[in-house]
Amino acid sequence: MASLKALKLRIGSVKSTQKITKAMKTVAAAKLRRAQDAALAGRPYAERLEAVMASLASKVVISASSPKLLTGTGKDERHLLVVVTSERGLAGGFNTNIVRAARRRADELIAAGKSVRFYIVGRKARSAINRYYPKLTLHDHDMSHAKTARFEDAHAIAEDLIARYEDDRFDVAHLFFSRFQSALVQEPTEKQLIPVPLAKDAAQAGGAAAVDYEPDEEAILADLLPKNVAIQIYGALLENQAGFYGSQMTAMDNATRNAGDMINRLSIAYNRQRQAAITTELVEIISGAEAL
Amino acid sequence: MPLHFELVTPEKLVRSEDVYMVTVPGTEGDFGVLEGHAPLVSTLRDGELLVFATQSGQPATIRVEGGFAEVNERGLTVLAERAEA
Repeated sequence: MASLKALKLRIGSVKSTQKITKAMKTVAAAKLRRAQDAALAGRPYAERLEAVMASLASKVVISASSPKLLTGTGKDERHLLVVVTSERGLAGGFNTNIVRAARRRADELIAAGKSVRFYIVGRKARSAINRYYPKLTLHDHDMSHAKTARFEDAHAIAEDLIARYEDDRFDVAHLFFSRFQSALVQEPTEKQLIPVPLAKDAAQAGGAAAVDYEPDEEAILADLLPKNVAIQIYGALLENQAGFYGSQMTAMDNATRNAGDMINRLSIAYNRQRQAAITTELVEIISGAEAL
Repeated sequence: MPLHFELVTPEKLVRSEDVYMVTVPGTEGDFGVLEGHAPLVSTLRDGELLVFATQSGQPATIRVEGGFAEVNERGLTVLAERAEA
């Protein structure tokens, strides 16, 4: 049994931990609201762009001169997994879930005999991926300077990816992030980034209507394809940010509650001991007085 | 029959409404889109969108920068990088 003094110290330390977790929860809740608005407002653009891309991709006549971003390299050997996580931790299973989704995919691909490389965005993926797959990291994008998701970052990542793609460094790129559903639910999501995935009903949509292109098909595609990659990454950053704060809020709420329970238990133990000490003292005094 | 018109930027959905006609600043010249326009994809130059809510009314202008417009059987979608009313 710990001494009275030790118990008291323990209670004090748990109390200060609780204060910290409570403050973190409040901060996360405030930031969540903003991040959530940004993520939800950003969705229509990404969705529309994706729809336009898919319908374009299904209508365009594929020829040797078609951009590679659209048609692919014609191979399916080298896969690049772009894993986007947060910079900071203390958010429950948020980052672990994203990394787990990426690992599952990586293991599948490796088992199928494909080569797998990683492109890491965010500090938390770095350590996890390096631990499981040492030396497979192709590039590590440092986001530590950024407090919020910015389009410039997404744009820079997209440009870098496309440059590597044109350089024939990989065949297929997958994007891993966490889709924000609510403060309680974030769903780890995988999306094919490069080449552009075709619409599922491409067979029916193709050739249904002749589309006019201004200035022309290739110029539009050359403009749209890189933009699409950047927007998809930007969307992932926004969703991730909202999900991160949601997850952190929940995690810190749990931590605050646990600390409360712990303080209660410790206080009971402390009071019992104090009571026992008083009783012992009383017994000593009384029996001393009776002896006189 | 109205034309369904949507204007979207990366930050948000700016407009989603049924209008009579929209004039779009395409790279190769302005073009008006009415209901039933043939499918078209065009890039935009920086300029002004004119939105005619009714056939006779005054148009609302929205300044857009960069992006492209798509016309399909469902209507007109303008994806701009920046837009200000």
